[in-house]
Amino acid sequence: MAETTFGNATQVLEPFRGIKKVTLEEYFTSGHRTCQGCESALVMKLMVKAAGPRTIVLGSTGCMYVANTTYYTTPWVVPWMHTQLGSSGSAALGTAAGLKALMRKGKMKAEPINVIAFCGDGGGADMGLGAISATLTHKEYNSLILLYDNESYANTDIQLSGLTPYGAHTTFSPPGKVHRLIHKRWKKNVAGLMAAGHPECRYVATVCASYAVEMMNKVRRALTIGGPTFIHSLDPCPKGWDYDPMLSHELGELAIETGIFPLYEVEDGVVKYYGKTKAIVEGRPRKPVREYLLKQGRFAHFTEEDLAYFQEKVDQQWDQWEIPGVVPFRKLDAAQAALNVK
Amino acid sequence: MATVTATKAASEDKELLISGSEAVAESLTLADIDVVTAYPIRPYDTVMQAIAKKIANGQLIAEYIVAEGEHSQFEIVKHASTVGARVFCGSSGVGWMYAMECLVVTPPLRVPMVCLVGNRALDDPGAFGVEHNDALVVRDLGWLLCWIDTSQEALDTTLIAYRVAEDRRIFLPLAISADGAFLTHSQAITMVPPKEKVDRYLPRYDRGDLLLHPDNPITVAPQANEDWVIEIRRQNDEAMKRAVGVIEEAYADFRRVFGRGPENPWFEEYMADDAEIILVGMGTISLPIKVAIREMRAKGKKVGLIRLRWFRPFPFERLAKALSGAQAIGVIDRDYSFGSPFHSGVVANEIRASLYNADKRPPLLSFICGLGGREVTLEDVNKAVDMCYAAAKSGKSDAKTHWLGVRE
Repeated sequence: MAETTFGNATQVLEPFRGIKKVTLEEYFTSGHRTCQGCESALVMKLMVKAAGPRTIVLGSTGCMYVANTTYYTTPWVVPWMHTQLGSSGSAALGTAAGLKALMRKGKMKAEPINVIAFCGDGGGADMGLGAISATLTHKEYNSLILLYDNESYANTDIQLSGLTPYGAHTTFSPPGKVHRLIHKRWKKNVAGLMAAGHPECRYVATVCASYAVEMMNKVRRALTIGGPTFIHSLDPCPKGWDYDPMLSHELGELAIETGIFPLYEVEDGVVKYYGKTKAIVEGRPRKPVREYLLKQGRFAHFTEEDLAYFQEKVDQQWDQWEIPGVVPFRKLDAAQAALNVK
Repeated sequence: MATVTATKAASEDKELLISGSEAVAESLTLADIDVVTAYPIRPYDTVMQAIAKKIANGQLIAEYIVAEGEHSQFEIVKHASTVGARVFCGSSGVGWMYAMECLVVTPPLRVPMVCLVGNRALDDPGAFGVEHNDALVVRDLGWLLCWIDTSQEALDTTLIAYRVAEDRRIFLPLAISADGAFLTHSQAITMVPPKEKVDRYLPRYDRGDLLLHPDNPITVAPQANEDWVIEIRRQNDEAMKRAVGVIEEAYADFRRVFGRGPENPWFEEYMADDAEIILVGMGTISLPIKVAIREMRAKGKKVGLIRLRWFRPFPFERLAKALSGAQAIGVIDRDYSFGSPFHSGVVANEIRASLYNADKRPPLLSFICGLGGREVTLEDVNKAVDMCYAAAKSGKSDAKTHWLGVRE
């Protein structure tokens, strides 16, 4: 195959039109030992179900590595390989580049193969941010980086990451007698960061497995649009968030309904809200954040003051952000108002 | 007959005036590498500059990726190699250290990446000059390590490197070390063989049963824990042991196909046969030592040099044989190993250990010289040889390490 004619061909993966149209085949099956109620395991299952059999999955260190692939068992029906904690971006890029080189030089049968690299919130938004950022600028290589965000380093005993919510109790941020809150950093706006910072990345989305069909369809869109893409998935974690495992699905819904985690996709620079987030943008009232926070043991030490602060920060993201829930620059009229005060 | 063949073979080569780094780039083109990743750090980066030109001019078709740091640089080629691509990478000094996590994982993953380390002093303080501590840091981890001395050796060794690393019996990463500036940037006439000959020598990289591809849906590098880790380490150990035979095969075949190359892959022996004193070193330090030896020989002093090419696997048996006849041995390290036995450099202690089982163990003197790229002078070498003669006379090692050319 001549070098100049080899483009970014992708597989054809039409969106599933409803739950009954979803394919039956599973590519993430038994053989793992994730916790009861683990939403991240569900994300893995849905992710690769959407991608289909001609897929290579790279998994960076984290609970979806350690709990899923214990030697002599594997839940992965598709080829799977471990990559280092901060290497999901490099794993996607290297795998895609290797396949492309071999195909365009005629050393391997040419066909579009999905390349998906996943990372946790620590591996993705902390350690691996630089590598993901680099990969999102390499538009000639097709790949999807999926960040499963259970809001802590959940495999190593629940330590706080850059995506752990404000004030949460983790083993690195235990509430004490003198300091009620050890972790006072606000969660990184990671999908917005990826979308705003990489103008040639054609597709960035946020998803939640509580909305399984939509989640799978975002994966399909990410795999078919061409070039590098990024998906941020919010995954309730019974162990790290300290709640009854039967509430995983409900907590995912509440994260959206309270407006804490917005669902949107950015395709070729155009923001499109979907699901219950769309209703919020169109004016439906958000549920108070306390309904979400107080269902979780990690916020059990919160006072009314903490709840009010959390609510205020979430309100800001909808009332004051230039693109609500996506881009935190203040709206022009707000900036103008600030100038007028001077 | 052999001579005739060699002359004929050499006549098909073209002669180029190129540096060590450029010579490596010539080989990479001949080896038709598939994926190469670059990140700037002196002095190794000259090889990436040479590759970039070859890609820009269409002489080489490969995915050429400028990474955002050495960690990614090595991870990208690691993953490209697992889907079957022939890959190249490299670094120097602290850049190599920045990639350390990725250097650690390649041997157990059995990834045959070939790298150039342009040896450079580690920070701090900043220095561009050569020291061997950068490449040596992976010496216990399953990397094949060799040191080269000339542009021709750079070109030849790169072809041999792919042949060895990608051998299914081995499948280990391989780093070729070239002294920063002295070799990476110094030009010499180099014979570049035609592609047909390289194709005869170097088979395609075949990932085989380890290929990561939907047609071969394997799970690679799961969590193994205490159940299996020691067995996996043992497999690495076996591969490293097998490398001894594979390297000898690769050099023998190289001589057959290209009509040049050493009979002894492991080390160069320069006037060592009848030597009373044998000096040992790695890399371009051979040049001042050889000049000093010629001068000393003219004065009747029988001094020789063993320049080590391969550090991993370490040719301990052959070395013990070659060294045990000397009256004294002087090892000149261009590296350090603070707090090690006798406070010696790395090579000196490897050679001490290699001689332990020998029937005859000559006195061994340990020297550290030329750190940070400082010139190794004839005076330094003469001083070392004088001390070796004194040790030969007394029959004893002095259990010390001598730093040469240091302002005290």
